[in-house]
Amino acid sequence: MLTNLRRAVVLSFVFLAVLGLGYPLAGTGVAMLFFKHQAEGSLVTDGGRVVGSALIGQQWPGPKWFQGRPDGYVLVNKPDQVVVSGTEQLGPRSLALEQFVARQAARLRREGISRPTVDLVTTSGSLVDPDISLADADAQVPAVARANHLPAAELYKMARQELHHRELGFLGAPYIDVLELNVALARLEHRH
Amino acid sequence: MGYFGTIVALLALLALAWRYLGGYMEAVFAGRVRYLAWAERPVYWALGVDPEAEQPWPRYAAALVVFSGTAILVTYALQRLQGSLPFNPQHLGAVAPALSWGTAVSFVTNTNWQSYAGETTMSYFTQMAALTVQQFVSASVGIAVAVALVRGFSRRGSPTIGNFWADITRCTFYVLLPVAFVAGVVFVAQGAAQTLAGPVAVHNPLDGVAQVIARGPVGFMEPVKELGTNGGGFFNANGAHPFEDPTGLTQFLSCVLVLAIPVALTYTFGRMVGSTRQGLALLAAMAVIFGTWLGFSSYAESQPNPAVAAAHVVAQPAGNMQGKEVRFGPMPTTLYNIASTQTSTGSVSGANDSFNPMGGFGLISGMMLGEVSPGGDGSGLYTVLLFAIVAVFVGGLMIGRTPEYLGKKVQAREVKLAALGVLVMPVTVLVLSAVAVSVHAGRAAIGNGGPHGFTEILYAFVSQANNNGSAFAGLDANNAFYNITGALAMLLGRFGVIVPTLALAGTLASKGTVATSAGTFRTDTPLFVGLLVGVILIVGGLTFFPAVSLGPLAEQLSKGLFR
Repeated sequence: MLTNLRRAVVLSFVFLAVLGLGYPLAGTGVAMLFFKHQAEGSLVTDGGRVVGSALIGQQWPGPKWFQGRPDGYVLVNKPDQVVVSGTEQLGPRSLALEQFVARQAARLRREGISRPTVDLVTTSGSLVDPDISLADADAQVPAVARANHLPAAELYKMARQELHHRELGFLGAPYIDVLELNVALARLEHRH
Repeated sequence: MGYFGTIVALLALLALAWRYLGGYMEAVFAGRVRYLAWAERPVYWALGVDPEAEQPWPRYAAALVVFSGTAILVTYALQRLQGSLPFNPQHLGAVAPALSWGTAVSFVTNTNWQSYAGETTMSYFTQMAALTVQQFVSASVGIAVAVALVRGFSRRGSPTIGNFWADITRCTFYVLLPVAFVAGVVFVAQGAAQTLAGPVAVHNPLDGVAQVIARGPVGFMEPVKELGTNGGGFFNANGAHPFEDPTGLTQFLSCVLVLAIPVALTYTFGRMVGSTRQGLALLAAMAVIFGTWLGFSSYAESQPNPAVAAAHVVAQPAGNMQGKEVRFGPMPTTLYNIASTQTSTGSVSGANDSFNPMGGFGLISGMMLGEVSPGGDGSGLYTVLLFAIVAVFVGGLMIGRTPEYLGKKVQAREVKLAALGVLVMPVTVLVLSAVAVSVHAGRAAIGNGGPHGFTEILYAFVSQANNNGSAFAGLDANNAFYNITGALAMLLGRFGVIVPTLALAGTLASKGTVATSAGTFRTDTPLFVGLLVGVILIVGGLTFFPAVSLGPLAEQLSKGLFR
């Protein structure tokens, strides 16, 4: 019994050193050497200042900008505090979910998006989903074009240029990163 | 197209893992793999262990229980002391006692039930040195038990079943660590965060958003979380969070990692008992259940979400997108969550709570079958072997012969131990769920009304007693009642099965073998696979049908919405 206890304690500390410090710190070293951008959170800079992460959604005001999932109505960003991802998941027969969807659709219609798509009225699992589908972008193009006095044809084209295809052609789903799309939109406005 | 390609690629990679990882593990546990002997030797020296000196089952079990108990205490202490430890850029204070206890038990039992939000509760040191360590070690313990049981079948007249200390050291160094490290590089290259710098505050002048983005050493925790069938993520959102699973590729890789070891162990088993057909029979039974569950759950999630449909404002062409990520979509998310609930992993790629009623039923019922399709690392194999013993016993009753399995006579003691191992989980779940719905503290934590609320409670105990750890996230489980009852469920579901399994290993190892004859009931045929699947479904179905009909079935059959 005592022998077992001594062995258990010793092995716990061996594993703590090898697996708890050696493994993640070596991993961090490799990550910093070869994949620094990704390891630090895929941060997007604009004119020297960090404006966000390509992987973390932001709530964009419509219709001047393309909007993402309405996650920001559940998980509200705070300027000085880490917020908790993935909270408040509503069930498939939840009255609150029906009401949330109806409210989001009404808001989008007020902003000139006449035919909202499902991703734009439902929340994601992470509540920081940074992406939308091509259909979601297309649904917003007429309203965004009007608000910015840009030709819709150019926005449709831009959305297609920003589309990420399935990984290796078959994994996951095609998506558009909303932050990247809006940075491209800002550049387009700049040119006009 | 996309989903079909995903399934084909998954099957191809798992076939490779079955043959090569399975063969490799057989060599590792036989002590024939030596390239890390330079790292093993000082460990055995420090422990004062001769790795070739084997233990009889009571000593093997005692070492396992003492080691796991020590691991719980160390994991508890690290959480309580995190305020004074390094790698804590957010200056997080000590984790509360009940939560530290629940979390320590959860990670040591390979459950990874999380009633906390990682990004605001655990320091980087705790995530690495307390939680990630147990993600390796608890998987090694499970695999060691499975290998010990298989040694019981493959030996005759042997007083011993292996050396616990050597088994977990070898499994960790030779199997888990190298695979996890290589996969970690892929995760980070794809976009998983891996930094010790704290959260980053950003301000975007375009949209006026100011946010603080949580980061941390995530990318190398992910592969262990999956490969070890643990499921405990860095963030509250688990695998739905883009820093954990940034792309469809990492999501797919996660599914491969989750299934690789449980599937490969059936080959290891076959090699050890001298017939890969025997291993294939077990794998076939696992695959029948997995495929069925994946099929109907995929169908369920390809359907519209009823609450979203009730609003009559949008079409749902791709299926249920509520609680799912755009970069994954409903089908790959279903594959991931089914793989995770049928392997005792419990990580999620989208919100379980928002799955359609029959999709949610697919998740919970997959766990109710005892996590054997293909089950957790090691636990899947040893649990399905317990079911196999029950199956040959049932077969023996039908033909009126003393049953045999793999040349061993299955007698009263073996059947009793197997039945005990099989029944611990359902008894734990049903008793604790009944207690929870009967007391105020249990009911107050429900997040959604109606039958969904009952499912949340039932799901919590099914998940914990099966050491799965996934949650119908609606339940607010971070309180004394659920931390304490949950820890009880996890301990019973883990050690209440492991100890009878090791006893069985000891009994079997000491027995001689009987020669096969014309009357021997063959256990490598489709008939046996059917019998085994039948036993698994009947045991799970009969014990849980009443409870399931109050939860997901009532929800599926009801009309209208609940508050």
